[in-house]
Amino acid sequence: MSALSRLTVTETKLFFREPMIVFFALAFPPILLVIFGAVPSFREPDPSIGGLRVIDLYVPIVVALGLATFALNGLSQLFATYREKGVLRRMRTTPVKPGTMLGAQLLMSTILSVLTMVVVLAVGRLAFDVSLPRQLPAYLLGYVLAALAMFAIGLLVASLAPTGKSAGAIGTVLFFPIVFFAGLWIPRDNMNGVLRTISDLTPLGPAVQSLQDATAGHWPQPLHLAVMLGWTIVAGGLAARYFRWE
Amino acid sequence: MAIIEVDGLVKRYGDHTVVDGVGFAVEQGEIFGILGPNGAGKTTTVECVEGLRTPDGGTIRVCDIDPRRDTGELRQLLGAQLQESELPDKLTVGEAMELFSSFYRHPADWRDLVDTLRLSGKLGTQFRRLSGGQKQRLSIALALVGNPRVAVLDELTTGLDPQARRDTWDLIEDIRDRGVTILLVTHFMEEAERLCDRLAVIDSGRLVALDSPAGLVSRVDERQRIRFRPSAPLDHAVLTALPEVTSVERAGSQLVVSGTGDLLLAVTTVLARNQVVAADLRVEQTSLEDAFVALTGRPFDA
Repeated sequence: MSALSRLTVTETKLFFREPMIVFFALAFPPILLVIFGAVPSFREPDPSIGGLRVIDLYVPIVVALGLATFALNGLSQLFATYREKGVLRRMRTTPVKPGTMLGAQLLMSTILSVLTMVVVLAVGRLAFDVSLPRQLPAYLLGYVLAALAMFAIGLLVASLAPTGKSAGAIGTVLFFPIVFFAGLWIPRDNMNGVLRTISDLTPLGPAVQSLQDATAGHWPQPLHLAVMLGWTIVAGGLAARYFRWE
Repeated sequence: MAIIEVDGLVKRYGDHTVVDGVGFAVEQGEIFGILGPNGAGKTTTVECVEGLRTPDGGTIRVCDIDPRRDTGELRQLLGAQLQESELPDKLTVGEAMELFSSFYRHPADWRDLVDTLRLSGKLGTQFRRLSGGQKQRLSIALALVGNPRVAVLDELTTGLDPQARRDTWDLIEDIRDRGVTILLVTHFMEEAERLCDRLAVIDSGRLVALDSPAGLVSRVDERQRIRFRPSAPLDHAVLTALPEVTSVERAGSQLVVSGTGDLLLAVTTVLARNQVVAADLRVEQTSLEDAFVALTGRPFDA
């Protein structure tokens, strides 16, 4: 087996040995959707949001939440802990390339996040009759850009935090505003103009809107794609700039 | 040809020169020691050899490779065991071996290595549950899994109990017998004396001496001392007449004979001829520790 696939398999095994992270990253988003769906008024069409139901709005929000959890609580903490304990330094003495190490983490995060997304879409469709994405390529494009932006931010946190614990703390501090503007408490359609404009510029506001647009059968707005790409380039660039092996 | 060549190595951190003109050559199949007190610059020196740090001056060749220029090739040829580096807590011994062997072009049979390092019973054990000695043995196994030509072992036995330390020494000799050249960093005199074919003594970033352990000792002082309790009174003149003997002193019921060369043989021959038996006989030789004090002008504070 190649170094990349062996590393990915090993990292995935290690991931599944951390029950708390597994719960929050994989199980929590579908559970949250079920809880929202249990609220009767969330299942009634609402004329103020164009005849959609609140639960329809929450499916993309919960998908975005899954990405945020992976990037800010999983990836960042894992990498910072590896550096703190000298695991990265140890890897540096082997022929494995830094990029391979990073690639394995991203591959694992992507595969597991996609899994969560599929489960959330399936629960939405089967339990609450939420329609599946009508424009699938657009949906995937929005999802990939959102994942890239969030993983880049996670890696930036890992690069800047001195220890695994501090990476966890910084990740949590960033997590709440990011998921707030993704609409976890107030969906974007219910936000006032100022909040929605701020949301448009955060990493997950455009993600949720793009997923929602693609579900309705439209292509995402160029502004939203550009904002996600911007976060990827800026956070990814800074992460690469400040990345340290020890 | 030397397998590791270090020439005029200089490394600074800010204004502080940590390594100042260190040079040595390690021959194929040797156990070569770098000995010195804490903070002498030993680790920095080997980290330059491992290509983990960029020297500020001097040249390094490992198997004729420049560690900074052809890092990829160096990683295939050099196995490293680092001070204070860990593995993920929940990674098992077997998974670590499998993972690390996937990094190399021509890996060793990791099951063989695990046997040699007496870890076969621990394949399913997570890293966090290993004892200090087991962690160190795993660390050696990982350093060797790529079938390296050179293994760099940094402070390998620090923190181990005396039995684990002795076991580890035996392992290192086994590894050398497999044809691996070993660069060993240590601040234990006993370890250096027991294992190393040759030693570079480093103090405050400078190379103080480079020789075999015995050579270092003899360079400082060739004198030996013999202590014994004679079974019958003995005329000192019988001993002082010997060319090997420089002085004879009485210390209580014991005689202390100092001298050089084949002192023991000369003295015991004379005693036998005079029908005197030497009880509680002890030979005292200059130790590597004495040599260090003499070379650096200060006590070894390891």
